[in-house]
Amino acid sequence: MTDAFYVAPALLILALGLYTTCARDTFAATVGFLAYGLLLTVAWVQLRGVDVALIEAAIGGGLTATLLLRASARLRPAEAAARAERPGVATRLLAAAAAAAVAGALAVAVLTLPVPAPTLAPEAAANIAATGVGNPITAVLLSFRAMDTLLEAIVLLFALIGVWSLAPDRMWGGRPGPRHHADPDGILAFIGRVLPPIGIVVGIYVFWIGADHPGGKFQGATILAAMWLLTLMAGLTDAPPISRRWVRALLVLGPGVFIAIGVLGAFTAGAFLAWPDGWAKPLILVIEIALLPSLALTLGLMLAGAPERPAQP
Amino acid sequence: MSTVLDLFTFLAVGAGALFFLAGTVGLLRFPDTLTRLHALTKADNLGLGLVVLGLLPQIDGAMTGLKLIVIWLLVLLSGADAGQLIARAARRRPPP
Repeated sequence: MTDAFYVAPALLILALGLYTTCARDTFAATVGFLAYGLLLTVAWVQLRGVDVALIEAAIGGGLTATLLLRASARLRPAEAAARAERPGVATRLLAAAAAAAVAGALAVAVLTLPVPAPTLAPEAAANIAATGVGNPITAVLLSFRAMDTLLEAIVLLFALIGVWSLAPDRMWGGRPGPRHHADPDGILAFIGRVLPPIGIVVGIYVFWIGADHPGGKFQGATILAAMWLLTLMAGLTDAPPISRRWVRALLVLGPGVFIAIGVLGAFTAGAFLAWPDGWAKPLILVIEIALLPSLALTLGLMLAGAPERPAQP
Repeated sequence: MSTVLDLFTFLAVGAGALFFLAGTVGLLRFPDTLTRLHALTKADNLGLGLVVLGLLPQIDGAMTGLKLIVIWLLVLLSGADAGQLIARAARRRPPP
């Protein structure tokens, strides 16, 4: 009986993965991917990985699927033409062979793992107390693996630069995405006014609780970005031109503070990103607080899209 | 006392699950967007409401119960709004 609770979602995930891969229509595949992300969230909750589940729901399912939805809406006019260009049999066989080889290699790697798998968990758990952070995930991410987290924050900036680089030259520095108009007395304007105050509190709560319980800056920032996008789509606010000084400053604030404190660690604690004794908790807190607005703005601007309008209309 | 509460949970969550099942069947079987939306929003609103109601006696601490109720209210709000938006978009687009 218990097994059915684990096996059923696993089978559903496999079936949805197959559907998403095989769907001919881009929109259908995107919706399949969205549902796939939600099911993965359920699977992570079943594995007691609530932190990962939150990230999967926020970034894997929500944010990525929204990016893909926008892309599929934009590609819609060209979809029929793209489908008509059917690649040759050799190309398709080669693609199938390459994909099967990757899947096979992954399967072999997972199946040949030694039992029990090698783990650093006991050592990490023994040293959690030194960081002063109650949630082991946050402690590992910002103490033992701070380099990974720093690079994650920076890679998001690169992704945003990638989105911006799609802008036509004359629009560079302009406002991202189309200007949204909605009925000012309509339902979208209503929810754009009602939901953000609640969402901002929830986002900051999820960020703050991350020190001791599942949650954290990435999840909190995604919620904040979603609330901002809601007001954008309801036509209540407009995205700032990407050339604004404060936009650029806020984008690099988080990674900048992270690097600065990391360099400080090189002098006071003997290594880059090492925290001096007793200072781990306050320093981690400063980094997290600095990262939250940067991440929220980065994610929001990424979804808002490439600049499409001049800064001054 | 706890047996009565357990029975209440069993009945309420069961009824909630039934609404989700009916909503899913409606989503799959109903002929057009508006009726499918009708089935879906009933499942969200009543189904989740009954599940939350059934879980309330099983938790310790008023805070957790309050959070569950707030989650239900938020789903009510977003479900009703999303339903309206989809219905409006469906009405503007001519049926295929």
